[in-house]
Amino acid sequence: MSNLKLIIKREFNAKVRNKSFIIMTFLSPLLMVGMGFLIFFLSKVNNDKIKTIAYVDGSAYFTKEDFKDVGGIQYKDLTALGAEEAEKITEKDGYYGLLVIPETKDIDKLAKNIEFHSDDTPSVNILENIEDVIEKNLRTRKLEEFGINKEELSQANIRADIKLSNYSGEKTSKIIGLIKTVIGMGAGYLIMMFIIVYGASVMRSVIEEKTSRIIEVIISSVRPFHLMLGKIVGNAFAGLLQFAIWGVLIAIFGFVFTLVLGVDSSELATQTPQMQMGAEQLEAMKEMQSQGKIEQVVIEFFQLPLLKIGIMFILYFLGGYLLYSSIYAAIGAAVDNETDTQQFMLPVMIPLMLAVYVGFASVISDPDGPIAVAFSYIPLTSPIVMLMRIPFGVSWGELVISLVLLLLTFLGIVWFAAKIYRVGILMYGKKPTYKDLWKWLKY
Amino acid sequence: MDNLLVAENIIKNYGDYRALNDVSLAVPKGSVFGLLGPNGAGKTSLIRIINQITLPDQGTVYLDNEKLEPKHIQDIGYLPEERGLYKSMKVGEQALYLAQLKGLSKKEAKARLEYWFDKFDISDWWGKKVQELSKGMAQKVQFIVTVMHRPKLLIFDEPFSGFDPVNANLIKDEILQLRDEGATIIFSTHRMESVEELCDHIALIHKSNKILDGKLIDVKKQFRTNTFEVGIHAVDTNSVRRELEDKFKISDANFNSIYDNLKLNIQIPKGTSPNELLQFLTSRAEISHFVEMIPSVNDIFIQSVENN
Repeated sequence: MSNLKLIIKREFNAKVRNKSFIIMTFLSPLLMVGMGFLIFFLSKVNNDKIKTIAYVDGSAYFTKEDFKDVGGIQYKDLTALGAEEAEKITEKDGYYGLLVIPETKDIDKLAKNIEFHSDDTPSVNILENIEDVIEKNLRTRKLEEFGINKEELSQANIRADIKLSNYSGEKTSKIIGLIKTVIGMGAGYLIMMFIIVYGASVMRSVIEEKTSRIIEVIISSVRPFHLMLGKIVGNAFAGLLQFAIWGVLIAIFGFVFTLVLGVDSSELATQTPQMQMGAEQLEAMKEMQSQGKIEQVVIEFFQLPLLKIGIMFILYFLGGYLLYSSIYAAIGAAVDNETDTQQFMLPVMIPLMLAVYVGFASVISDPDGPIAVAFSYIPLTSPIVMLMRIPFGVSWGELVISLVLLLLTFLGIVWFAAKIYRVGILMYGKKPTYKDLWKWLKY
Repeated sequence: MDNLLVAENIIKNYGDYRALNDVSLAVPKGSVFGLLGPNGAGKTSLIRIINQITLPDQGTVYLDNEKLEPKHIQDIGYLPEERGLYKSMKVGEQALYLAQLKGLSKKEAKARLEYWFDKFDISDWWGKKVQELSKGMAQKVQFIVTVMHRPKLLIFDEPFSGFDPVNANLIKDEILQLRDEGATIIFSTHRMESVEELCDHIALIHKSNKILDGKLIDVKKQFRTNTFEVGIHAVDTNSVRRELEDKFKISDANFNSIYDNLKLNIQIPKGTSPNELLQFLTSRAEISHFVEMIPSVNDIFIQSVENN
């Protein structure tokens, strides 16, 4: 037992004192924040460039009122010059494109015969904007033809706003669904990354012992199983330390950020999800802001089972990590160097990738659907899929069953892994096949 | 004499391959025991079983009259042929770690390490990383961590590889001193001259079977061929030679001398006393050289392996 403690301590120290660990721990949050700012900045720069679009309106249906300058697009009326002359001007002055509206009064025909000339293929945004303008105008005209005037029309424009609440009567907003998705996906993805990073680190450490040939010296003093276990546990502690440091860093950053910029924290909380939203949600958001619902979102965010998410994140990280890292350890023991690991890596990666894709595909659309539930029980995928489901509400009963299954599978896998490990660490030279591994199980 | 280590009827299979076939061994207390055999004979398998790295399929190992158990790990020091250290770990820290794994307390380990580092004059390596050391330097550290916990049984597998002659001598002297202090040593090597120098007992394993063992002297007696290297000065060398040829098996010998004019290897029939040969020779020539050809371990090794 005391040997196990010694091994855990050594593995933990070896991992934590490693330069890459220190760099990863302190630099990656900075990198993440930096990346966020960079993306924000770049999209800003891109948007700041205003594209000028000239138009020639043969139909005389459109006015400057229709072609309003909107974010990034400026319209220029060149109707007076005629289509041919206008095209020369657009090319000469380096306008983004020329919109040609034909000379016809037939609305249906007109709608199908508008052309846009440009050197570049216009972005979806620009096309949508132009189409929007034209459709709106033509629709109004058509409606007027039917005898409906503008006022009647705007009165007919009814918007439904469904108020969400749970059975206990607490109000929820639509935004919170999005926040839940972001948190769930983020946590699931993070777990996958951690399993891969720390699993591979266990594997590398096993390979290092083989290539440096210290392995036989060590296992003449300790049992191979203890060495493997110590390695896995030591690395797990390093992972937990990394989480803890990140937690503290995030808290410090958040605090400094609010102090320096004078932003109050409620605004901060809503800023992050905003970046991930499409235009529609942004609009809904703005609307809510105007109606003073922003506080509601913040309150709801803090009403999410954050503690439950935190605890489960740690538990599922440990469970998933233990499971996968014992497989990684066995792989490391079976090979002589890292390049030989490729053939065994695929079966490890498949369930992890599957979990993430299943999570993204099915949890978002239906967190309590049969597929999402099934995958949150299967031990190889449950750490990722269950974590994605938790923000949407998962009962403790389900969690316990899933965790117990995970633990049992870990015990089973570690038994197999230990057998392969025990034989593999003393094997040099030949690149093992699956058949060899099977044979080792019976030694 | 008491045996420190006794292995009885050890059988070990790897799949269909039998690595050890009913091998028994007795290592006397305080001896230097040479465990010999060609590559792949099963020596390492046997050593691993003694170290409890693997378990035998059948058979029992006793250490100091007790059945081998996990607690005996502390009583054994093992220097494997495939050896190494953590490259990015510091020498002192690493030695402490390995000593603690062998059951020493940190304080005790530190004191003993200081003694050994002092003895080998390598104290200034303490804070260096292993990857900064040369191979020979790392081997010294490796030797220290093997013997530091003062085990009853020391197993050295090719201990001199990687050492220059000066350091090899240093290690050899250390091994002998450890024996004098009461340790028993199992010594596995392919360098027969060091077996000759160090071992008092040997065992030879070939193709998973033990084909020979015993006291080195007894083994040599067993392999003696009754051949004598003889140098004589005769008046008529040709007639003496012919006479000898009729009575014994002879062949030409080669050794340094200043006086002889006939140098021969003469094999006398079993049961004949060398005195008979001597009498025969004295009556015909002047004898200046008469030595029994003692088989070297090398000869014994090659002969046994080829005969099996």
